[in-house]
Amino acid sequence: MAKITAVDLAKKQKEISVAEFFERNKHILGFGNPTRALVTTIKEAVDNGLDACEEVSLLPEIIVQISKGEDENECIIAIEDNGPGIVKEQIKHIFGRLLYGSRFHAIRQSRGQQGIGISAVVLYSQLTTGKHATVTSKSQEDFPAVIMELAIDTNKNRAEVLSKTLDHWDKPTGTRIEVPIQADYTRGRRYIYDYLRNTSIVNPHAKITFIEPDGSIHVFDRTSDVIPAKSEEIKPHPQGIELGTLIKIAKNSKARKLSSFLKTEFVSMGSRTTNLVCETAGLDQNMNPVKMSRDQILALHKAFQQVKIMAPPMNCLSPIGETLIRRSLKQETQEISPEFIITSSRPPTAYAGNPFQVEVGLVYGGNLSKDDQIKIMRFANRVPLLYQQGGCVITQAISNIDWRRYGLEQRSGKGIPNGPAIILVHVASTQIPFTSESKEAIADISEIENEIKLALRACARNVERHIRKKDRRKKTRDKFVLITRILPEIAKKSASMLEKPLPPLDPVITKIMDVIWIEDLIEYETVKGIPVQTTLLESDPLKNPQGLITKSTIVVANYKDKPQHFFLYALIPQDAIVGVASPEPVKKTDTYLKWKLEDIPPAQKIDITFELAGLQKGDFDENDLYVSQINPAYVIGADKWEGE
Amino acid sequence: MNAKYHDVLEKIDDIAEKIYDDLTKRNIPYLSLPTRTKSNIYFNEKLNVWKYGKNNVQRSAKSLDGAYMLLRTMYMADFIKEMIKVNKSSTLREMYYISEGWDLAKFSSQNESNLLAEDLEVITSLMREDFKLRPEEDGARVIGDITIEEITRNNTKRMIHCQDDVGDSGYSIPYNVEPEKVAFKKSDVDLIVAIETGGMFDRLVENHFDEDYRALLVHLKGQPARSTRRFIKRLSEEKNLPVVVFTDCDPWSFRIFASVAYGAIKTAHISEYLASPSASYLGVTPSDIENYDLPTDKLTDEDIKSLKSELTDPRFQDSFWKHEIKLQLKLGKKSEQQALAKYGLDYVTDTYLPEKLSEMGMIKK
Repeated sequence: MAKITAVDLAKKQKEISVAEFFERNKHILGFGNPTRALVTTIKEAVDNGLDACEEVSLLPEIIVQISKGEDENECIIAIEDNGPGIVKEQIKHIFGRLLYGSRFHAIRQSRGQQGIGISAVVLYSQLTTGKHATVTSKSQEDFPAVIMELAIDTNKNRAEVLSKTLDHWDKPTGTRIEVPIQADYTRGRRYIYDYLRNTSIVNPHAKITFIEPDGSIHVFDRTSDVIPAKSEEIKPHPQGIELGTLIKIAKNSKARKLSSFLKTEFVSMGSRTTNLVCETAGLDQNMNPVKMSRDQILALHKAFQQVKIMAPPMNCLSPIGETLIRRSLKQETQEISPEFIITSSRPPTAYAGNPFQVEVGLVYGGNLSKDDQIKIMRFANRVPLLYQQGGCVITQAISNIDWRRYGLEQRSGKGIPNGPAIILVHVASTQIPFTSESKEAIADISEIENEIKLALRACARNVERHIRKKDRRKKTRDKFVLITRILPEIAKKSASMLEKPLPPLDPVITKIMDVIWIEDLIEYETVKGIPVQTTLLESDPLKNPQGLITKSTIVVANYKDKPQHFFLYALIPQDAIVGVASPEPVKKTDTYLKWKLEDIPPAQKIDITFELAGLQKGDFDENDLYVSQINPAYVIGADKWEGE
Repeated sequence: MNAKYHDVLEKIDDIAEKIYDDLTKRNIPYLSLPTRTKSNIYFNEKLNVWKYGKNNVQRSAKSLDGAYMLLRTMYMADFIKEMIKVNKSSTLREMYYISEGWDLAKFSSQNESNLLAEDLEVITSLMREDFKLRPEEDGARVIGDITIEEITRNNTKRMIHCQDDVGDSGYSIPYNVEPEKVAFKKSDVDLIVAIETGGMFDRLVENHFDEDYRALLVHLKGQPARSTRRFIKRLSEEKNLPVVVFTDCDPWSFRIFASVAYGAIKTAHISEYLASPSASYLGVTPSDIENYDLPTDKLTDEDIKSLKSELTDPRFQDSFWKHEIKLQLKLGKKSEQQALAKYGLDYVTDTYLPEKLSEMGMIKK
């Protein structure tokens, strides 16, 4: 047999076209089957739309319309945003070229990262239907919109513009993409609905309209008019950099000295840290970074991991915030009418030099089934994760908590618990470590798991407290019925049967109750013509003098047979500003109010009122109340004050 | 209003007085009454029946349930007081419907109001007849050679012979069988046979058992009503007649016998009015299942549970019952009176009953 030579082999060696690459890897990219492809298509376009609006600080309005195509398995997907639009020259690159994007190199929190997404959708459309995508874009208000029909030349990985026209578009600015794709709408519908609803939960500032093939319209309205603070783009953190990237940055650096190179190209590198890194790596601070040898760069890369370097700045993250999470969960779970919604957020931190932050929300009770597994809602950078729940660090963190002590059922204290709860977990990061390109699950990073667990435990403790409080309240409420309704009736009946005067009841009532009862009532009042402060809206309250005042009335009733005196504390919810409080608290801080209650006589009650601004209706339904200088076992409706 | 009701009113006012006193003395009001469970019944040697012991429960306004009970008790007491004043009576069911208008004090089921009526009897040591309350159901049926004098609703006396003056379904026992209503005149019988099921009662009637064996047949209709038990008790005492109880062979039937002979747990406060200590159990016994080779059914879990409960019931502690209950648990089977039909329709009257009765020394062979 003739020997095969390198020349023979070379005949077979050629560039792989993107089409072939896509065809072989479509499962990794989220186009594995017609159902997934449908969801991925919508997801990529919606994510882009939301990112685009936020970049220019517009409140997003996204329209998703699905209609039937010519063939049975064909759907036409149209997604429209009110973002800034795309300049004419860029349209063909963004939609018609794989691995093209602005965000791949940027270190900040954004939805899309790789630049594969939307062009993969166009390619999928072309490969499955032989048809083309139509992109409409308007980037200036007084100009017409550009409408382009695009195809991808799969050999060259370049877009072909098949047609280009101008037309009038009502929108001031915006982008619209329409693609026919092969898709399974019947099976995919549920996922699309879930995806859009969940997107709306973590993007409370977005309005999403979903139009189905049969014409039915679902509107996921915004619950907040606040555009999330724009995340800042930051330089890479030394601990998160890969060797190849380090080499590339070093070669392209304009810095002349290693020390200034480290200080300008990276975050968290002060003089002291720079010195320490150079010392550890055995490198001269004054050497030219461009001229570093491979070994020297290796030493530098190693030193990054050895030296303790300050965490990266966190303004590159854009968390949702507890108040807004509560607000959207409340809106989305209206039908469930949950007993309570609890949120918790962790301060930002970093894994391998990548900043990240965890926020969680927990919906409990209502119509949720007690016997089913709890529902988990996973989010990464405000994008819902719908698939691969089992392989996600969020699921792992939930499974590794013993929920039994927090009132949920769980066999042997491990695994996804059963009970009437929905858990929402949002991980925000400049670099979400996904397990695969289809971005469906977050990889098992111990720092992330720990943060999720800490946030969940904080929530769970609150659940436990809530349940306990509710149980005690229920028991005491029973007694209230007893003393306010039944006992007077018993007295009345016995007196009337004997034709005697009514006996006094107060002494018996205090004997039966034998507690201090604290109850709070929350009311909302809309004020006009008076400026109402708020931390959530950046707008000047003086320019828009109206808003909602939250009025809390706390009733403290002494149902013990001796006078009582103690301290009462009320926590101030996040994002709220305290107004008038009566009686005057003895202490006011950013997080709580403290009152001194002097000698409440038996069978007497006092009212405490205070006002909060900056909240919306339903942001909180119940005050967190605490007491000190009294046995907490005597008190119903408040817990022991454990200090700040 | 006669003197008897004067006493009743006083006792009802005592309840109101107790509550009113508690309140004026700054105490949490309560009423106490005997625990009405099998753990609190004792054999009363003097009365020869089972009565409540010394264990008490307190119905206190300290708990919501207790307070509701007190309030309902007050309403019921007041209602009874009103009925006595205007000389009316009502059925337990009517009272339950009237309680619908009692606002907070209304009952959620008739069982609750029936139990409370019994509680009132216990607290006041009176009978519900004193409260002008009566059950919906009258007693059961009777056939035999006895003449009864009944005061009818028209306030006239009427003589009824319980064979000649009645059809085959017999004389129907009224809900009130006290002397003011029912008197026993001439009788020519040797014993009373109390029968659990209507089917067996009718079989004995059809086969002329009452005539052939000089027996008075009483249909118990399952767990016998108070008036049926009172009827048997009075008749056996006044005419000095032995009583035999003939039931199915299962734990529930044993309880029917116990309520006739010893007194029921629920009504142990009035056992001396209702129980016939001289009554004895004829069958069907678990031994009969074996001796007569009767068709059977398997014991259900409920049956087994209640047989075991009877082993700890103080009323079933004699050697006969212990032996029979243990035997039945061992057999794991139960049987019915009518299973005797296996050997023909006349077998029960021609063979079974004569054999059993002569075994018991009730008739001579």
